[in-house]
Amino acid sequence: MTLAAAVGTVAHATTTTLTTAAEARGFLSPTGVEIAFLLVGLVTFGAAVVTVTTRQLVHAALWLVVALGGLAVEYLLLTAEFIAWVQVLIYVGSVVVLLLFGLMLTRAPIGRSPDADSGNRRVALAVAVTAAVALVWVVVDAFRTTWIDLDGTPAGSTDVTGASLFQHWVLPFEALSVLLLAALVGAIVLSRRANTAAAAREAEARERGAGATHGTPHGTPHGAPAESAPEPASGPSPEPARAPTARRRDAEGNR
Amino acid sequence: MNDVLDVALRLLIVFVVFLTFPLIVGQTEHKVMAHMQGRLGPMYAGGFHGWAQLVADGVKFAQKEDVVPAGADRRVFQLAPAVALLPYLLVLLALPIGPGEGAVGQVLDAGVFFVLAVMGVGVLGSLMAGWASANKFSLLGGLRTAAQLLAYELPMLLTAASVAMAAGTVSLVGILDAFEWWWLPWQIVGAIVFFVAGLAELQRPPFDMPVADSEIIFGAYTEYTGLRFALFLLAEYAGIVVLCGLTTVLFLGGWHGPWGADGLGWVWTLLKTAVLAFIVIWLRVTHPRLREDQLQKLSWTLLVPLALAQIALTGVVKVVIS
Repeated sequence: MTLAAAVGTVAHATTTTLTTAAEARGFLSPTGVEIAFLLVGLVTFGAAVVTVTTRQLVHAALWLVVALGGLAVEYLLLTAEFIAWVQVLIYVGSVVVLLLFGLMLTRAPIGRSPDADSGNRRVALAVAVTAAVALVWVVVDAFRTTWIDLDGTPAGSTDVTGASLFQHWVLPFEALSVLLLAALVGAIVLSRRANTAAAAREAEARERGAGATHGTPHGTPHGAPAESAPEPASGPSPEPARAPTARRRDAEGNR
Repeated sequence: MNDVLDVALRLLIVFVVFLTFPLIVGQTEHKVMAHMQGRLGPMYAGGFHGWAQLVADGVKFAQKEDVVPAGADRRVFQLAPAVALLPYLLVLLALPIGPGEGAVGQVLDAGVFFVLAVMGVGVLGSLMAGWASANKFSLLGGLRTAAQLLAYELPMLLTAASVAMAAGTVSLVGILDAFEWWWLPWQIVGAIVFFVAGLAELQRPPFDMPVADSEIIFGAYTEYTGLRFALFLLAEYAGIVVLCGLTTVLFLGGWHGPWGADGLGWVWTLLKTAVLAFIVIWLRVTHPRLREDQLQKLSWTLLVPLALAQIALTGVVKVVIS
């Protein structure tokens, strides 16, 4: 309850353009906008349910597009135009494309995948329901008596959003950007470490390969690093002279 | 009633522009390419210099059988052309061609974001086509499309943000209202980056690795026939119109011109768009296709840093003059 009250206070403090004339209207008065809002909400909900229940991987990603697009329409109906377009740009345009890219790169069978299921479905359902109940309760409790004035200046225009973001919410905004930066640096570090490990393995394999085909013309201590370095998972290659060359070519192509 | 009429008229105009301009660009491409290569191009259809060639092409496409491969995912396969084409129709709605609020389909508060967001959605059509065709070439094409979009969306957004910073608004109409002639040299790097990234997002040569007809047989569109294939082609040319119009509005001042901006502003917009479309065709004829790794390298090591430098420059100048 305290959380809901806090959110409510903040909402009232920041969204000054929202009228608070709750006395004139009830909790749900069916106007055209509200009916549209509810219908779009139902479509979004349905698409979200299909996303997590369908056994076809790519279909799940495409239903996710519908769900995220439905959310954008909801933002539009709440007069938050800027947020709506950013939603489309980031989620539909980038996140889903990245998802599809990953699916296509690994495996994207046409038809059902029998193993596209999770053993955690009960836990996941519990978490989802809990989160949904908490969010719905908080939002309803915070905004129950708040109405958007559709005739005045739009409450969610870029101007208002920008001002509130960089005046009231600038600290969370900066914290989030630092978080994203950390994630970015982490991704780079992870990929670099994998690269150097692969390079070390490859150099070692090349050395061993050279030793196997040409003997040891330079008398390098090639035996020592082979024991200290971790063995590749594939084990000894049947063609020691060819495999390292192919792998090196791969590495150069990647670079 | 007057409002309804007004809206209907605007929608009709945008729809007509959507149907005719891509064809005009396509016909221009036929002729310009031909003359640059020492040929004549289409000369017979319609009589005068083959002006009706694309109409004839359309009739041919409409007569062809609409084939869906047996192994394909039927619904996604059939839906893909619409997903690829419709976003460009929506984008045209938001492009202002003249001064004032009368010369734009719909005034949007966050027009820049709307346009870029919806253009990004169009690529989903190629991805759906590439996956649903159940064809290795198509899947490769879809993969390359996705990789290209991810690489080139960023510089596009950054340079558009630079213009928005300069104008102090993200509304396309507002950006044009704030435009001054010296923005041209100020934002020139951003303009070039935006245009190149847009070409890559449209998969136009020299960035046509995803459709490379001589190696992966038109990529995601390998299995398409008849009208659905025609819709993909139409989407490509509508994309050219949208990209050129958008570059005109964001970087070249749209309806601003040396003279006559009040009455004939729309002529300036169309003229600039046409010149840019000519450049698009010109680049196709004169440049070889970039390899996939060269594509990625160009974006991440050249365009993104340039776009960031442009943003820094915009910020510095903006602070100095204000």
